[in-house]
Amino acid sequence: MATAAVLERETYLNSGYGLKSWLLTKDHKRIAVLYFITISIFFALGGVFASLIRLELLTPQGDLVSSETYNKLFTMHGVVMVFFFLIPSIPATLGNFFLPMMIGARDLAFPRINLLSWYLLIAGGGFAVFAMVAGGVDTGWTFYTPYSTSYSNTYVIATAIGIFIAGFSSILTGLNFVVTVHRMRAPGMTWFRMPLFVWAHYATSLIQVLGTPVIAVTLLLVLCERSFHIGIFDPALGGDPVLFQHLFWFYSHPAVYIMVLPGMGVISEIVSTFSRKSVYGYAFVAFSSMAIAVIGFLVWGHHLFVSGQSLYAGLIFSFLSYFVAIPSAVKVFNWTATLYKGSISYATPMLYAFGFIGLFTIGGLTGLFVASLGMDVHVTDTYFVIAHFHYVMVGGTIMAYLGGVHYWWPKMTGRMYPEGWAKLSALIVFLGFNLTFFPQFILGYLGMPRRYHVYPEEFQILHVLSTAGATILAVGYVLPAIYFLWSLAYGEPAGPNPWRASGLEWQTPSPPPTHNFDRIPVVTEEAYNYARVVEEEIKVGQ
Amino acid sequence: MASEAHHLETLALREQFNTEEQQKDASTLGMWVFLITEIMFFGGMFLAYTIYRTTFPNVFGIASSSLNLPIGATNTCVLLLSSFTMVMAVRAAQLGQQKMIIFFLIITMLFGFAFLGIKAYEWTEKFEEHHVPAQAAFHLDGVTGPDQQGHAKLFFSLYFAMTGLHALHMVVGVSILAFIIWQTARGTYSAKYFTPVDIAGLYWHFVDVVWIFLFPLFYLIDRHLPK
Repeated sequence: MATAAVLERETYLNSGYGLKSWLLTKDHKRIAVLYFITISIFFALGGVFASLIRLELLTPQGDLVSSETYNKLFTMHGVVMVFFFLIPSIPATLGNFFLPMMIGARDLAFPRINLLSWYLLIAGGGFAVFAMVAGGVDTGWTFYTPYSTSYSNTYVIATAIGIFIAGFSSILTGLNFVVTVHRMRAPGMTWFRMPLFVWAHYATSLIQVLGTPVIAVTLLLVLCERSFHIGIFDPALGGDPVLFQHLFWFYSHPAVYIMVLPGMGVISEIVSTFSRKSVYGYAFVAFSSMAIAVIGFLVWGHHLFVSGQSLYAGLIFSFLSYFVAIPSAVKVFNWTATLYKGSISYATPMLYAFGFIGLFTIGGLTGLFVASLGMDVHVTDTYFVIAHFHYVMVGGTIMAYLGGVHYWWPKMTGRMYPEGWAKLSALIVFLGFNLTFFPQFILGYLGMPRRYHVYPEEFQILHVLSTAGATILAVGYVLPAIYFLWSLAYGEPAGPNPWRASGLEWQTPSPPPTHNFDRIPVVTEEAYNYARVVEEEIKVGQ
Repeated sequence: MASEAHHLETLALREQFNTEEQQKDASTLGMWVFLITEIMFFGGMFLAYTIYRTTFPNVFGIASSSLNLPIGATNTCVLLLSSFTMVMAVRAAQLGQQKMIIFFLIITMLFGFAFLGIKAYEWTEKFEEHHVPAQAAFHLDGVTGPDQQGHAKLFFSLYFAMTGLHALHMVVGVSILAFIIWQTARGTYSAKYFTPVDIAGLYWHFVDVVWIFLFPLFYLIDRHLPK
């Protein structure tokens, strides 16, 4: 009887079956699924480029691909991973799905704009993929002028148009989240009752809204310079290529926080759930997200320490870069303190959370190395920098993303993933990741420059280790793709709240009905009130 | 009665909202957030302008004085008048006077077209004067040497990029007005529900304000100096 009722219940998944019911949907949960499929494809594409790069670097000679092809490979790896995977990754999938549910809303404030932003990502991705198929682009993902405006003979225009359009997808997602958090909270859901995932996304949205237009206009100027021969950045006219770098990093450094802040939000949820405790120092963690968003806008000059920027500007940017480490450290300390006296269980999401905390700490601390003026001159444009930002982007964001997908998979699909396989692949990802990127710190410190495919023989052993690690890492990424698909058909039914978590998203059936809640909830308590959850469990004798 | 029923249908709340007030607040906040993104969008160009004008003040002054001031001033007046008629349209919407909304929006649109027409004439003029940076024959009188001609090209690059982007926003604005006129004619709005008229007004005023910055920065910077 009970099972029959569950099967007949209308969910967001069975409310319509045709292609049209997906492509014209206004349901934030379905749009999240569309995003999920899209960015998985881009992740695989970026992964293929990465694999080719690592294969080429197995030997000191350039034997697999030519120099020109290698330049295109690292450019397209960067473009795809940054603009079409990492930027939309957590906000557009997990954020889109769970932000409205966590604040007790039926949907985002602007469902049609939400759908539009997915189509913009597809359109932008279309341009970028066209550029790749037509012959690729070789400027590096940074598009530095005057190479990108005057000299490169590759598909700069199509790629830049693609990123320009995808930028508006990101802006509209941010706009939607800002308005939703301001105007759509359920009765009783005050600002300081919001889950930290929502705070993190709110901070992220502010960066998307304030930063992305600047990269858009910068790329527009590059396009105009290439196509119509106006000369904003052209040194031949007295223009300044360093101005391009300032404008580019004014967005692209905060963009790092667009990538990692949502991940931090995921980690707060996971650590709390699997310690069965409220996050230690809730307000500090909430405000640290806002602090990162604000201070993150003031550190871009640390990418220009060797670009002829004035020494005094360098000093200030160096100081501010140290300063932005404080709110990041607040989070790490508070997650650790949350574990203290918690009743910890080691489910897969928690393994990823542990991975995140450790790897993000290494990525963050090496960030301080490159934020110091003297050290940075030594390691600029070396593999040290590559290792540093991959520890933050891959060790941080992708760990959090995978952790979050495992954590909410039962809610999104109504099915459990196979725990044993998931734990194994989490372990493989952790080992493979470290083996790939730790040797790169040493390589960079020894002087291996980035973006070269021919290198001195003494570097080979470290490159071989790194490529071996990448192979292991690839296995760790393919395994979840397989068992997640498997679980759609064969996974155990999850029930509404398999983790016995406290958030609003767990108070509705899995998968959720189209309008999320049968009745809009009234919120009467703080987030993560595990004291109450545990008390109730004792009452019913669980 | 039929149009009354139609009203009720379109007045209906979108399903994600609880109250009409919440819906109006969300739409208005959304437009303000969008305008903030627009400020950042134009901001990158204003930054480039500020830096180059500080670096090459003399050439920028001379180049600025070569612009057609009467035409620029006329266009400024046209836009200010269009802002006035836009305000009147929003007022008419508040009072529920459908015909007046349409009347004032059409006037606003005509001002918008007038601005774009005058702007197009001005650009053509620049082309004939060889003031377009892409022209091989680019030449600005009064500045000497290839370096300074290069700096003059920077000025005109910024001029075309910024007025071009502004004109693009005018085109979008006129299209929005056309949509609002069509919706008003269908009877979508009433004294109770006119949020789209309101936020279209916000957008229109924003585009006007951008011009209020562009006009002095491009046309007026050196006019006070004795010739």
